[in-house]
Amino acid sequence: MSKEPVAVVGVGQTKHVAARRDVSIAGLVREAARRALEDAEATWADIDAVVIGKAPDFFEGVMMPELYLADALGAVGKPMLRVHTAGSVGGSTALVAANLVAARVHGTVLTLAFEKQSESNAMWGLSLPIPFQQPLLAGAGGFFAPHVRAYMRRSGAPDTIGSLVAYKDRRNALKNPYAHLHEHDITLEKVQAAPMLWDPIRYSETCPSSDGACAMILTDRAGAARAPRPPAWMLGGAMRSEPTLFAGKDFVSPQAGKDCAADVYRQAGIADPRRDIDAVEMYVPFSWYEPMWLENLGFAAEGEGWKLTESGVTELDGDLPVNMSGGVLSTNPIGASGMIRFAEAALQVRRQAGEHQLDRARKVLGHAYGGGSQFFSMWLVGAEPPES
Amino acid sequence: MNREIAVVAFAQTDHRRSTEESSEVEMVMPVLHEVLAQTGLRAADIGFTCSGSSDYLAGRAFSFTLALDGVGAWPPISESHVEMDGAWALYEAWTKLLTGDADTALVYSYGKCSPGSVRDVLTRQLDPYYVAPLWPDSIALAALQAQALIDAGHTDEPALAAVGARSRADAEANPHAQVKGGSIPQGDYVVRPLRTGDCPPVGDGAAAVILAAGERARELCERPAWIRGIDHRIEAHGLGVRDLTDSPSARLAADKAGAFERPVDTAELHAPFTAQEVILRRALGLGDDVRVNPSGGALAANPVMAAGLIRIGEAAARIHRGASDRALAHATSGPCLQQNLVAVLEGDPR
Repeated sequence: MSKEPVAVVGVGQTKHVAARRDVSIAGLVREAARRALEDAEATWADIDAVVIGKAPDFFEGVMMPELYLADALGAVGKPMLRVHTAGSVGGSTALVAANLVAARVHGTVLTLAFEKQSESNAMWGLSLPIPFQQPLLAGAGGFFAPHVRAYMRRSGAPDTIGSLVAYKDRRNALKNPYAHLHEHDITLEKVQAAPMLWDPIRYSETCPSSDGACAMILTDRAGAARAPRPPAWMLGGAMRSEPTLFAGKDFVSPQAGKDCAADVYRQAGIADPRRDIDAVEMYVPFSWYEPMWLENLGFAAEGEGWKLTESGVTELDGDLPVNMSGGVLSTNPIGASGMIRFAEAALQVRRQAGEHQLDRARKVLGHAYGGGSQFFSMWLVGAEPPES
Repeated sequence: MNREIAVVAFAQTDHRRSTEESSEVEMVMPVLHEVLAQTGLRAADIGFTCSGSSDYLAGRAFSFTLALDGVGAWPPISESHVEMDGAWALYEAWTKLLTGDADTALVYSYGKCSPGSVRDVLTRQLDPYYVAPLWPDSIALAALQAQALIDAGHTDEPALAAVGARSRADAEANPHAQVKGGSIPQGDYVVRPLRTGDCPPVGDGAAAVILAAGERARELCERPAWIRGIDHRIEAHGLGVRDLTDSPSARLAADKAGAFERPVDTAELHAPFTAQEVILRRALGLGDDVRVNPSGGALAANPVMAAGLIRIGEAAARIHRGASDRALAHATSGPCLQQNLVAVLEGDPR
């Protein structure tokens, strides 16, 4: 017996901001969940199970917060699972929820991811003060900057590519009412004049710290038939992991990312991603990761990704739009960032993306990664159900 | 999707008060090697890997990422992690096998309680605005629950002491147990009405399980422990809105897992405190003819985040060696049995 097709019939997000001092953690997640239920025109009673994800518990200082959030998410008397796969967790959480539907364990599942970064300081939450670890890794940027430098050297990309990505994503964010950063007066010159944080990454090319949550309602064929708005159908989904550090690891284009994409494309019958996929929501916390992931995901040959960025292919009106929502560069509630990518991909194929809606969005990829470029989760969603 | 899935291998560490000489990776690796050796599988043969652990025990973010080194995740593997007891990692792996995406799964979990005061660490699980600031520790909350049970007339202190003594006596046959011996005194009050012997030992440990589907399970194990049903449910977080003398979520999970369709001969209950065994026995309708916690249970060894997975592993191991035909395994999480998982395991007829 084949898998049950999985449909996204509801999406909800909070307005992402630096600090949501007006709500508790429970209030934050409930806001996103209620919006997803409203989108699906469903009630708490329609939900069979809840799958929640977030990045390290130290970010809020609450151990296994799903226990405390059971009431706020209507989970009392229901199964509740908590996923944690580092930065990729928002994507992984959606995939774990999707498997519950695909395996016919449940008919309709609420999946949600969040981070309330204002509760603590994420940079120090990410700095690991343990023996046998280099004491240099103050924040994620310090870890990733050398890998960006390696990419620049390897590909021969001009120094300006990163600023083009940041300029594009921040302008896209102006069309997304939920995005954290709305820099109305942004110019390319301002992006390029920003102070250098972790050479070659400028302040303007880094993600913000956000409070936010994102929720989706996933359901089976019967649930999709009842949905008031067009569903997004999951055509493929996969996770891959590799160790943090080992001799021979390619930090610029990790094998786990390539394998994960290949698995998704195989499931979805994608022969040529550049031709067959219309747009991508990818996890770009530092601007240079756009060209790097374009290569890792097979949209460009090795060393060629930056040319797509430079020639405007990844712009909102380009041939392969990337991060129509403004991406992680404009919104980063860490644990939720992966799910926002997955949800924005679904919004595009459902034609519910509002001002940043693309004309052509039949198949859109959602991508997330985490840890030391070692955890990957991706899904491809389409406007049509999978053939089987 | 009627795919039959079984536990085909189980291994655990010798649980100890402290393993300060070894890292989590060093603690996990031997049990991973042991379950692979039991089945003859190599790491590369595993279709899906899933683990359960908590950053709050390790005291640092992303602690689970380093444990991947112990798995040997190269070439890259299909892998996931829950910030929950390993029993829920097993649940995620079970759904993965149900979809048909994989035929075998490696599940592991670990907990090092020794670096901190786990009794205080667990207070960080409580409502962060109204309860956690008061630091009500896990033993104090379990004592409230035990007192409520006594007040309701469902047990008394001698009965609780008997649960502790029976668990430690049974643990004598368990080479991995941390506390064993039927003659160990019940001890002084820790928090009334709970004495030392009513509370779990604090210790470090790890466990691993291999799951396999259909014919693959029969190839890998002489007598697979088939998962006939598995379900988990959560209750409200606020202790004031719950009846602490009952466990409706455990009963509902057992019902959904099919536990009440036919009697079980064995039950491995994740009851870190003696009174919780009394509550679970009543909620699950387990009579005196059911062998409860032949391993000694969590009162003999309670490596937090692994103790639930160990219950499933112990129940499966009894089926593997023919000591049980139908067993119930239970795992819990959260204060006073807030969240509960029940699995029903069966061996092929002999």
